[in-house]
Amino acid sequence: MNLELSESELAFQAEAREWLAANVPSEPLPSMDTPEGFTAHQEWEAKLAEARWAVVSWPEEYHGRGASLVEWVIFEEEYYRAGAPGRVSQNGIFLLSPTIFENGTREQQDRWLPSMATGEQIWAQAWSEPEAGSDLASLRSKAERDDARGGWVLNGQKTWSSRAAYAHWGFGLFRSEPDSQRHHGLTYFCFPLDAEGVTVRPIAQLDGEPGFAELFFDHVFVPDSDVLGEPGQGWSVAMSTAGNERGLSLRSPGRFCATAERLVSLWHSAGSPAEFRDRVVDAWLGAEAYRLYTWGTVSRLVDGGSIGYAGSVNKVFWSDLDVAMHETALDLLGAPSELRGPWMDGYLFSLSGPIYAGTNEVQRNVVAERILGLPREARG
Amino acid sequence: MDFRLTSEQTGFAQSLSELMTRADSVAAARAWAAGDHGPGQALWKRLADQGVTALVAPEDEGGLGGTVVDLAVAFEVLGHQLAVGPWIESAALFPQVDGGMVTAAAPPLSPYALDADVATLVSGTVGAAHVSVDTTRRLVEVSDADPVDAEALDRATLATAAQLVGCGERLLTDSVDYVKQRKQYGRAIGSFQAIKHQLADVRIGLDFARPLVHGAALTMEPRAVSAAKVAAGDAAYRSARVALQVHGAIGYTAEFDLGLWINRVRALVGAWGDASYHRSRIAEALG
Repeated sequence: MNLELSESELAFQAEAREWLAANVPSEPLPSMDTPEGFTAHQEWEAKLAEARWAVVSWPEEYHGRGASLVEWVIFEEEYYRAGAPGRVSQNGIFLLSPTIFENGTREQQDRWLPSMATGEQIWAQAWSEPEAGSDLASLRSKAERDDARGGWVLNGQKTWSSRAAYAHWGFGLFRSEPDSQRHHGLTYFCFPLDAEGVTVRPIAQLDGEPGFAELFFDHVFVPDSDVLGEPGQGWSVAMSTAGNERGLSLRSPGRFCATAERLVSLWHSAGSPAEFRDRVVDAWLGAEAYRLYTWGTVSRLVDGGSIGYAGSVNKVFWSDLDVAMHETALDLLGAPSELRGPWMDGYLFSLSGPIYAGTNEVQRNVVAERILGLPREARG
Repeated sequence: MDFRLTSEQTGFAQSLSELMTRADSVAAARAWAAGDHGPGQALWKRLADQGVTALVAPEDEGGLGGTVVDLAVAFEVLGHQLAVGPWIESAALFPQVDGGMVTAAAPPLSPYALDADVATLVSGTVGAAHVSVDTTRRLVEVSDADPVDAEALDRATLATAAQLVGCGERLLTDSVDYVKQRKQYGRAIGSFQAIKHQLADVRIGLDFARPLVHGAALTMEPRAVSAAKVAAGDAAYRSARVALQVHGAIGYTAEFDLGLWINRVRALVGAWGDASYHRSRIAEALG
């Protein structure tokens, strides 16, 4: 057991730290969910890609560095410690790209990955539907075969589609076999958000900005070349990378460690008030626990293990930690905490953590049933 | 970078665990609480033969020259199997190369000496005896104890944290087994979400406490040791509370073994520095 980085890992860390120190904007960018902020974040992504820091774990031919999993975690830690902007390309690079690498054709990889890496094309996820949230497999949006044109026709509605207000492309599952149930008969589609028949209705979030949107599909034609994986196999295509190590399952500790460090600084700058000591200590302790836990997971993955259901253990922990850290910061700030600023923005963002990507209630069910082996409850 | 236990360490844990199960460590604990030290002393000797008390003693002094991670591995098992006797004192605080059973007070962190009626007191004079909530822990006051160096105290604290994780794991395992077979309203109570979510939170708490224990064992930084103690105490205590709740009245009886761990956890949460002490140490280290 050791926590030591190799010489090449240390060199990678030093290089990342140096570049970030020289290039991270000194002032925070405007919210990525405003038109000017979205553009500013795209420009930042282009700058990252040019220096090959946008997608470090991707192959070099797609603007990556072929970085190892350990290096990726190191990069993430440095990235957030440097106070670098949030990733407007997150849906694409963390959620979709593993599926493209695993299931996409060479043509699709060449067509989609480079512009994803540079931030030129921003992708929006389109998983949820009005009647399919945590219970994703109950989705009803349809895809009908159109042999004449060599593709599919999409009809239906998606919602809570992150980034869709300004993004260029979307990806999601549609029911391509009319009488299929649950996770059978689904197909994974990619589609331009300006395609004929797609209507994007932005939805303002708690922070007032349209971070997600509703998508309406009215006879939207998608050619076969934009189907990811085999038709009818959409569920397994989506799930094949659901536990992907470089994504939302193994959420890197960088962001939480950086938040904890800033909270400690905030506490000190307020004169280290004793009544906040325990909460600040617990924030630091939680981030440290998460960092070490992640290294344990990474060690197993590097050795060929899988993340398994650890993603559910993870998710409950980091999302609750993130909310608690921001609440502590706001309480420390006192009356001025209600003013919009980095801590309030971070707090509003953190509130979505226990909800998205499977609510924490669903994650606790997974922990109880899949890890502890408790009996499944009846599901309709 | 490889933040996993080695196969030697997991193998060592397994062999200690099997040894203690075969020796009926729980029966030995009950006897110990009743004043019969025989079975506990026999088990002590068998564990000492496996090198538990000599783990972190240097090789040139006749010890095994192991790491503090090895120590943490052993103490998690000792917690899981409800070991009795002054293990923290004899394996972490003052490692014994000959398997001896020693005890000590280290005020203010550890104001009482444990099991001074059977163990050799390292320094000081024995005073009044006190009754612990954990009846396997026989505590006495000690006057004029020699000061203990900070490194040894941190080893003892870390061993306590590891023991707490072991206790928490045992309480969780027993709770999961129980809620799978206990039926009410025609269903196993483990199928109710109200039960599931509490146990899931216990699982999550323990999963994040253990890396802090192992991480602290690697560095032995004071703030890391304190973080391990706080997190292990919180996780084990949550496990104890949930274990009692999901067992219901049977868990509240002295006859049922579960209570032995519940009371052990309550005792260890305050031993070798309570959460407030360790949080203040972390706060100081954070500047």
